[in-house]
Formats: sequence, structure tokens, C-alpha cells
Amino acid sequence: MRNIKRKLLLVLLTIIASFYAVSIVYAQEGQPGYPTDNDVNRIARKLYCPVCPNTPLDVCETKACEDWRAQIRDQLSEGWSEQQIMDYFVAQYGERVLAEPQRKGFTSLVWFLPLTAVLIGTGVVYEVLRNWRKQKTTPAAVSSPPEIPKELLEKIEREIRELD
Amino acid sequence: MIADIGLIALTIAFIFTVYATFASAYGGWRGRWDLVESARNASLLAFPFLTVSVIVIVYSLYVLDFSLAYVYDVSSQAMSPFLRMAALWGGQQGSILFWAWMMAGFVAAVLLRKWDRDREMMPYFTATAMLTTAFFVGVVLFIANPFVRLWHIEGAAELTQALFQPANSMPYYPEDGGGLNPLLRHFGMIGHPPTTYLGFTGFVIPFSFAIAALITGQSRGDEWIRTTRRWTLVAWIFLSIGLILGGRWAYDVLGWGGFWGWDPVENAMLMPWLTGTAFLHSVMMTEKRGMMKRWNMVLIILTYSLALFGTFITRTGVISSVHAFTKSALGPAFFAFIGLTFIGSVTILYLRWDTLKSEHTLESFISRESAFVLQNMLFLAVTFVVFWGTIFPLISELVTGIKITVGPPYFQKATGPLFFVLVILMGIAPLLAWRKQAARTFGKAIWMPFIASLGIAGIWGYTHRMHPASILGLWLVTFSLSAILAEFWKGVQARRVTRGENPLTALFNLIGRNHRRYGGYIIHLSVVLIALGFIGDANFKLETQGTVSSGEALTIGDYQLQFEQLRGYPGSDGREIVEAVTTLSQDGEAIRALNPRRDYFTVQQQPVTVPGVYSTPGKDVYVLLVGWDDSGQSATFKIYINSFINWVWLGGLMMIVGTIIAAWSNPGQRETTYVLKPGVLTSHSLVQEG
Repeated sequence: MRNIKRKLLLVLLTIIASFYAVSIVYAQEGQPGYPTDNDVNRIARKLYCPVCPNTPLDVCETKACEDWRAQIRDQLSEGWSEQQIMDYFVAQYGERVLAEPQRKGFTSLVWFLPLTAVLIGTGVVYEVLRNWRKQKTTPAAVSSPPEIPKELLEKIEREIRELD
Repeated sequence: MIADIGLIALTIAFIFTVYATFASAYGGWRGRWDLVESARNASLLAFPFLTVSVIVIVYSLYVLDFSLAYVYDVSSQAMSPFLRMAALWGGQQGSILFWAWMMAGFVAAVLLRKWDRDREMMPYFTATAMLTTAFFVGVVLFIANPFVRLWHIEGAAELTQALFQPANSMPYYPEDGGGLNPLLRHFGMIGHPPTTYLGFTGFVIPFSFAIAALITGQSRGDEWIRTTRRWTLVAWIFLSIGLILGGRWAYDVLGWGGFWGWDPVENAMLMPWLTGTAFLHSVMMTEKRGMMKRWNMVLIILTYSLALFGTFITRTGVISSVHAFTKSALGPAFFAFIGLTFIGSVTILYLRWDTLKSEHTLESFISRESAFVLQNMLFLAVTFVVFWGTIFPLISELVTGIKITVGPPYFQKATGPLFFVLVILMGIAPLLAWRKQAARTFGKAIWMPFIASLGIAGIWGYTHRMHPASILGLWLVTFSLSAILAEFWKGVQARRVTRGENPLTALFNLIGRNHRRYGGYIIHLSVVLIALGFIGDANFKLETQGTVSSGEALTIGDYQLQFEQLRGYPGSDGREIVEAVTTLSQDGEAIRALNPRRDYFTVQQQPVTVPGVYSTPGKDVYVLLVGWDDSGQSATFKIYINSFINWVWLGGLMMIVGTIIAAWSNPGQRETTYVLKPGVLTSHSLVQEG
């Protein structure tokens, strides 16, 4: 039983992990032609152009960005890893080149606060619904709904019978 | 001078809006109906006067009156007449004028309606709506005036911009203007900005009704909420159309192969849409059950504040963004106005809290009510995620001094799970009865769609087994789709059996008999289609980039793109075009020629990448010309395969149709709600939905 659970968990984790996997196979280091444009873009996509507002580095058309992409290519061919290149860009141009905000320091708040908000929201929804359910028993809550004309009621019942 | 006429008309419109604001508020307070009537007339007149201003600007843009600084900025000889006129909303000053004009138009339309049933709300409605209009007209007049002229002061090195002639100056007439930002020189310019503005400005109507209801105490009753719902639907559909057209435009001109980039300005537009959607659902709680009156008020105020906030972001460029073409010193004025609106309306809400008292009862957690509450929470959560991510760079800079970027990965990861639950909820919530849903009947209603969705998603997923993660997404859309279609099926079957109608007639009559419900279902279906587009974008997108020589091909998936040659020629609007001649083949068989281009605007020194697209219902092959060597012998292409993207546009069309059906009141059917006493026939939700 525990085995099945563990397997299920593993399958689930694999599915979730593959959500974040990129669906293209890139040339690997050591293969002929490395680094290709795709290898460069794979990294550039995770970076933002340090000069143009809100433009990812892989699509930016300015000359400066072309040079930065060329730099990534050089670094890759010198054997730098993706992390080393990202770190280099952050050190050179600051945290703002990262498309995905970091999960440390003050920046972690951007991730942390929405998560807290959703959890609190779920709690509030539960509390609210529980309260409404409780109120049902108090006599004051029984409001008198408008009287339904007899003919309408009959019509409704007839239609329900037809529906079933 | 014709421009003077525009300026005079604008000034008169401003006086009218200010007068209308105060006269209607005072008249309402003192019971002076003569003043209220006069304020109404002033409001109605403000619109034609603003129309004159707009016509004058459009005319000046068309005839290229470059003595106006605005015309000099956004129009030019090279631009087509169509683009010259569309330049009304291509820059700061013109945009805000256009904005104020539309808002005045909405208010005038509402003031022309019959006010016999809710007459006492009119003064405060007028005051609230006119206050906002006066603010926007005031901004046009005093801060961003499109009638400002260019002057040359003797001996000065630079031109001076002023409304009236400064001392020792000569009027200056430039030969040609700068022209529109090249990215805006596109057919999309006719659709996205006007619909977006209609959406944003339209929210002033529900907001003003809500404030008027609070002040007069009409909020005790339910009448105001019906009026408000319909106007919210109007603003909401325009905002929806604006969002979709914006996505389409971005796909066509921004050259990144996508349609939604979580850019601050896109987010600014999404936020009021999200809270507006939440309101359109929770308003049913008030209509059917008399519940959540306070919450609805909060949602209206929030939606309107977010619409203003969106304008603020868009027009001031406070959070730098690709859309912030027009930066200015409008910030403080807007900021103060948003703050005052928000604090003012929250104060009124607080003072009138008691008028919104309602009884909340619930018999079971499994009920329509629970679904609505959960739906509202999720929509608010998405709004918060988007809001927080949008303003966080600003907060980070203020607090720590470090600039950061919050890009698409944050928004995808943080909103993805919330949207996932929302789409499931969309499938099952319509099946739930008010008050209490018996688990057995619910199970009976849901098991077929559930099994069907598992089957379809399984088969579909198998054909896409190289993307295992996509199966979850495919199941999501098939489940929601089957659940909604099952509702149509049940209705059609019932009519066929009881009335012997053929399926098509039955479907037609089914929708015709209950516009709101089936219009709503059609909107839900459209959301499923749009969700499919997003799932395709997240899971099946392929991209590759490479440099090829003439005669060589680049491969992606089953497709090959063969490069033939480059050719260059001058285009319209002052652009130099470099175009690649390529052939797209699938599995070695030629499909068609594609001509991705790079247009270089010489005056602005700005390139625009125009993709070559091969579009099929299943996927688009989207080719960009990224670069070339000077001999023209080789070129670099970027190719994207965008799966399911066309379902987004189809979904958009369906959403419009659904909304029109939902907003159409059923003829001869009074909007009355009969709520059965608990215990009577509870297994069926017997609420006549108006």
C-alpha cells in the first residue's frame, strides 16, 4: 500500500516537474555546432534586457542586446554553465536582469505574500460559509419569500415531471 | 483658427462638467430639482462640446496642422489618412481627451434614459460621474492640452510650447512631424485602444450608480443592482474585447511569438476585468438570495479604482513598460485623484454600511452559494497576485533601492494553480443548486462529463505523449467543456421529449428562453477555448533559431523553412522593408511561401519585425526574420510553433456573442425572482432566473 502511494507521489512529482521543463532538446556541450542560437536563447529568455524596459533578452532587437547575446555565446563556448552566466549578468547589471524574481531577501516577499493571501482567503471563505450555515437555525433568518402563484407552482411541477 | 474653436469648446465643456458636479450635488442635497435638471442639461451638453474638440483634433491631425505640438508629435506626411486620424489616441494629450470624451458619452447616454423609477438617485449619479469627467477634462485642459502650439522666441535655441503667444515670439510651422511610434502603425490601432477605453470609462457608470445608491439609501433595495449589473456587463465586454484585440495586436507586431506577456500595462487592464468578473457573478447572490450586498459594493469600488489605477499606469508610465510610449508629469494629479476616489467611496460605504444589511443563510457547503464565494475569493486572489507582481518593482526600489524585474515566470507560476481551480469550478458550479445540493443528484449530473473528459484527455494526451505535463491541462479543458455541453444537451433533450422539437430548434429555443443562463454558458465555453490557447502556449510551444544560406532549410517539428533570398524595397509610411523569401514545407512537401520582414522606420530609426505566419486551426507556424548578413546570402530566422493559439481568437468572438445574449433581456419576462420556501421541491433548483 505504501509502495503504491510512493509510486503515485513519484508520478505526480514527475508530472509537476515536467511543467517547468522546456520542450525542446538543445545541443549539449561538446556536440558539434555548440553553442547554437537555441542554446543562447534558452539562457537569454530568463534574462531581461538591462536597458530597454520590460523586454526579454532573447527577443530584444537593439544592438546592445545583440552584443549581450553574443557575449552569452562566447561564455558558453568557453564552457561556462548557465548558472555562471546568470550570476555574471546579475553581478554586472543588478537583480533586475532576472525575469523570475529571486526567492531570497526582500524579493522573496513577491512570492511569499500572495501565497499567504491565498491561504488566508481560503480560511476566510471557510469561516464565512460556516457562519452562514449556523445562521440557518436562528429564527430571525427565516425571511418570507414572495408568495408563488398557485398556477406557476403547478406549471413548474408539471415541467419537472416532464424533465425526469 | 480652427484649433481655437477646439480649445474654446474644451473650456466650455470643462465649465459644464464642473457646474454639473456641484449643481447636482447641491440640488440633490437641498431638494432643488430645478438645479438637478439644469445639472443634467449641462452634463448632456458637455458631450457635444467635447465632440467638437475631438473633431478639431482629428481634423488637425488629418490636414497636418503642425503648428500644434500634438500634431507635430504624432502625425506626419508619410502616414496614411487612416493612421493620422487614429493618432488621436496615439499620444498622451489626445488619449486623455479621447478618454474624457468617451466617459462624457457614457454619462450622457445614461442621463437620457428614463429616470422615473430611481429618480432620487439621479442627482448623486450625475455628481459622481461628472466629478470624474471634470477631472479628466481638467487634465486635458490644464496638464495635457492637445491645443498647445509651437512658438519660436527670438534668440531662443529651442521651441516653446504654449497655448497663447509668448512675448517676442513667432508662430512656428514645422515642415513635417515626428509621426506615430512605428509599433502603433498597424491596423490594430483601430480596435484595441478604443475598445479598451470604452471598457475602462464604462466602469464609471456602475460606480456612480453604486455611490448614488449608497448616498440615497436606495442600496436597501435591489433595483439599483439590476441597473448596475447591465452597465457592468457593457463595460466588461468592451474590456474583454480590448484585452483580446490587444493580445492579437501584440502577436502580430511585437515579434516575440506570444500574445500575453504579463507586461504592467496588460496587467493594469486585466485587474479591473478580474474584479469586474467577480462582481458579475456575486451580483447573482444579491439578486437571487439577497446576500453579499456589502461585498458587491466593495467589488464595484475596487473595480473602478483599479480602472483608474490602470489609466494611471498606462498614461504616466510610472512602472516603465513597453506600452508607456507617453511619459509625462501627470503622476501627482492622477495619484491624488485615485486616492480621493478610493478614500471617498470607502468612507461613504462605511457610513452607509447598515443599509446593506442582509441575511446570510446556507443549508449546505455543497451549494451554488459556496461556489460563488469560492469563485470570488479566487478571482480576488488572482487580482492580488497580479497587483502585487505589477507594483513590486516599485516597492522594491522604494524600500531597498534595488531595481528588480517581475517577469512572466512569476505570474505563470502564481496565477496558474488559481486559474486551474477556477476552470474546474466553471464546469461544476452551474450544476449546483442554490441553498443545498444533494450529493447524489450532483453525482448523477457530473459522472458522465467526468468520465468523458478522462477518456478524451487520455486519447488526446496519448497523441501528445512527448509533453506529459499537458495531459493535466487537456483534462482540465475537456472536463469543463463536457460539463457545460452536458447542460446544453440536457436542455435540448428535455425540449425534444416534451415538445418534439428537432435538436436545432430546441437549442435555439433553449437559449432564447433564458438568455442570461445560456449566454453565461456560452461565455464559459469561450473561456474554455481561451484556456486551451494558454495551455498550448505553456506546453506545446516549440521554438528554434538558426542562420541559413540561400537554398538551405531550418527544421522545427515536422516543418522545414527553406530560405531562397532577401529583397529590399521602400514601403509606405516612411519605412524601408527587407523581406525574406522562404518556403515552408511539412514532411518535405511544400505548403506555402512565407515572407517574414523587417521594416525599418528611417525617421524614428526603429525597426519593426513583421512575422510570416502559416495559420491552421491546430497551430501557427510563426516565422521572424531576426537578422542577415550584408551580402544577403544568409539570414537568421526564429521560428515558433504556437499550438492552439487560434482558439484564443475564436474564444474571443464567442465571448462577445455570449455577452450580447446574456445582456439581452428576455422579452415579456419580468426580472422577478421567485425563491421557494426551503423544503419545497429542493432537489431541483427552482429559481426562475430573470
